[in-house]
Amino acid sequence: MYNAGKIIIGIVIFLALITAPFWYNLAKPSAPPKLELGTQEKQCVESKAFMQANHMVLLDQWRDEVVRDGKRIYVNSAGKQFNMSLQNTCTKCHSTKTKFCDRCHTYLNVAPNCWDCHIAPKEQEKLAGRSDK
Amino acid sequence: MLEKALRGNKSYFAWIGFLLILVGMGFGFYLRQLGFGLGVTGMSRDVSWGLYIGQFTFLVGVAASAVMLVLPYYLHNYKVFGKITILGEFLAVAAVTMCLSFIVVDLGRPDRAFNVLLYPTPNSVLFWDMVVLNGYLFLNIFVGWTVLEAEAKSVPPPKWIKPFIYLSIPWAVSIHTVTAFLYAGLPGRGFWLSAIMAPRFLGSAFAAGPALLILICLFLRKYTKFDAGWEAIQSLAKIVTYAMILSVFFVLCELFTVFYSQIPEHMYHFLYLFVGLHGHTGMMPWMWASTILAAIALIVLINPKTRNSPGTLAIGCAAVFFSLWIEKGITLVITGYIPSPLETITEYHPTLTEIGIVVGVWALGFLIMSVLYKVALTVKTESA
Amino acid sequence: MDDTRRSFLKIAGLSMLGFGAKPVVDAVAGAGGPKFEKDPKAFNGKRWAMVVDQQKCLKAKDGCKDCVLACNSAHNIPSFNNPKDEIKWIWQTSFEHAFPGQENPYINDYIKTSLKGLPFLVLCNHCDNPPCVRVCPVQATFRRPDGIVAMDYHRCIGCRFCMAACPYGARNLNWSDPRPFIKKENPEYPTRTRGVVEKCNFCSELLAVGKLPACVEACKEKALVFGDLEDPNSEVRELLRTRPTIQRKPQLGTRPQIYYIL
Ligand code: SF4
Ligand code: SF4
Repeated sequence: MYNAGKIIIGIVIFLALITAPFWYNLAKPSAPPKLELGTQEKQCVESKAFMQANHMVLLDQWRDEVVRDGKRIYVNSAGKQFNMSLQNTCTKCHSTKTKFCDRCHTYLNVAPNCWDCHIAPKEQEKLAGRSDK
Repeated sequence: MLEKALRGNKSYFAWIGFLLILVGMGFGFYLRQLGFGLGVTGMSRDVSWGLYIGQFTFLVGVAASAVMLVLPYYLHNYKVFGKITILGEFLAVAAVTMCLSFIVVDLGRPDRAFNVLLYPTPNSVLFWDMVVLNGYLFLNIFVGWTVLEAEAKSVPPPKWIKPFIYLSIPWAVSIHTVTAFLYAGLPGRGFWLSAIMAPRFLGSAFAAGPALLILICLFLRKYTKFDAGWEAIQSLAKIVTYAMILSVFFVLCELFTVFYSQIPEHMYHFLYLFVGLHGHTGMMPWMWASTILAAIALIVLINPKTRNSPGTLAIGCAAVFFSLWIEKGITLVITGYIPSPLETITEYHPTLTEIGIVVGVWALGFLIMSVLYKVALTVKTESA
Repeated sequence: MDDTRRSFLKIAGLSMLGFGAKPVVDAVAGAGGPKFEKDPKAFNGKRWAMVVDQQKCLKAKDGCKDCVLACNSAHNIPSFNNPKDEIKWIWQTSFEHAFPGQENPYINDYIKTSLKGLPFLVLCNHCDNPPCVRVCPVQATFRRPDGIVAMDYHRCIGCRFCMAACPYGARNLNWSDPRPFIKKENPEYPTRTRGVVEKCNFCSELLAVGKLPACVEACKEKALVFGDLEDPNSEVRELLRTRPTIQRKPQLGTRPQIYYIL
């Protein structure tokens, strides 16, 4: 092989370059954000561990069931029923999107575009309503 | 081989630089469109496809026309085209790239373009259009490059390339047929609902593409060392002539059916196009310009004297090219929407942003073409 | 930058959906669930359709638009106030625009005198043989088993092939972000995002919880009748049996499912 050495060096540099963002992120550990649920409710539609890891997959599945198959009720593993709706179910408990969804998404540098269409809960009004009681 | 594109004289680099500036400008406008949405264009609820899809349609034709060189050369062993077949193939590469770019800039959600692959939908003509266009792009890059590489090494092209060459012939026909089917299968759009759409597309394609090639060959003959050969240019000119005659004939067929049958949904569009409808005449100047250019083209090209002299031939070919560019790039798409299915009239005026993006994509195409031609011509002049 | 990353995530997400989603749900599932079900309250039709009774509409107050307004607020329809960007799911138009090719001086006279120039309601026909569905390259618009031609706004790429294919002008692109143009948001229903196509959905979100479409509910004169064509005892069947009706452009073979009583 001609220039084997050069090619290998080239490949190494290339790999280093394309993986640079990962190294960069590894190098700056920061504390995970504190999330505020915005609710007293203790139990989400599935276990906390499952939701932490898989809420995006679950939401995608809800989306497809509702939009494409017209099924709107989710029966969770404990047999409890929920209306599959980001806007009308999830945010009823997670009423503080900015302190819950956004904090974690910002920390992880992901930008899901759910909220381009789905209307986020009105946080200020909610809080005001609560202090009235 | 690509390094050959990095050597050239001042005017070559000035040209490349100029194109790069245009591409950059187009990209700037595109960023604006990405930020705001397609609302920055002149398209509307009623006229929902405009210049982008028009250019796309026209350029599919230019791309398909490579077959007019490949077929005589490889199938009939017509040696005269030996020098310029590669020009046809590389023109096709540039044209298909422009087509794909025009589709992407036309999408409301370009970030989701891959959905077409994630949810393949065989009943949609657009799905097939993506398939055949990408296939054609691949075929032309692959065939052109392999043959040219062999030539650079002064060896005959490898045998296994033949099947790909033969495949590219029906494939060229398919890209323009499928593109015509985008339009010809829609109920309720009387302007497009015509079985002659695909033949008409092919006719105009085989006129416009080779006309552009003649112009390029004449230019190269005059300003560079590369000479395609007068016989090759003449053969191309005959192809352009016959194709242009067919193309005009097909349009006349369309006009007969529409005006003799007098079915309003079909007739209104043609009335709008040629004489205006309820006082709306947006397309009229364009259509008449195209008609007059077509007449000039036919006069110049049918007459052997004017066809045989480089000066008048260039005029004829330019007339063909611009006549068909107007017909397919502007009037064909837009008139389909006027009047709307509810028989209301909304006219269409492209915006500056839209035109800027169109210019940018054309510049990108010319850039690709110039670079590929530079490589091809360097190989040709070196090996000659 | 944001856009490329977004699309990367989306592709990653979608491929996860394709290859990974089922196992994940199965993992929580164990023996008992989870399951996806229909709401027991949901209306289950086999072939939804609508009859528009102009004779009843005639009795309403002059310039009544209750149905259109109800739809607009139920579905967060923006009002751009210009015909270029306009979004309409259901709207009123004159006979010659609703039924082009069917006008003649005498029917025009009938509409002017006997119907007092009453406009006609037009909306997506939820065609039985919908060309919009045929052309969509990603199945973002699709025909449900109950006949509703639905949109998946998550999937639409905004190619507008469907707008070219629909012979009734029922489809709209969001030429820009619609949100600033929504007068009052209905928090129960999402908005759309720029670059996707939208149209009437026969209020499938209401049918799913056992409610009638918003326009039908809103009409005080009961001029809009909604029901299941496969049910011979339904009100729509009764009307179609007893009154002569017409459809828009039936000759195109789209089999439109909005019927009009003149
Ligand atoms: S009316 Fe138009 S949008 Fe509605 S189903 Fe028919 S073709 Fe599709
Ligand atoms: S605009 Fe959307 S719904 Fe219409 S054909 Fe394209 S992808 Fe399908």
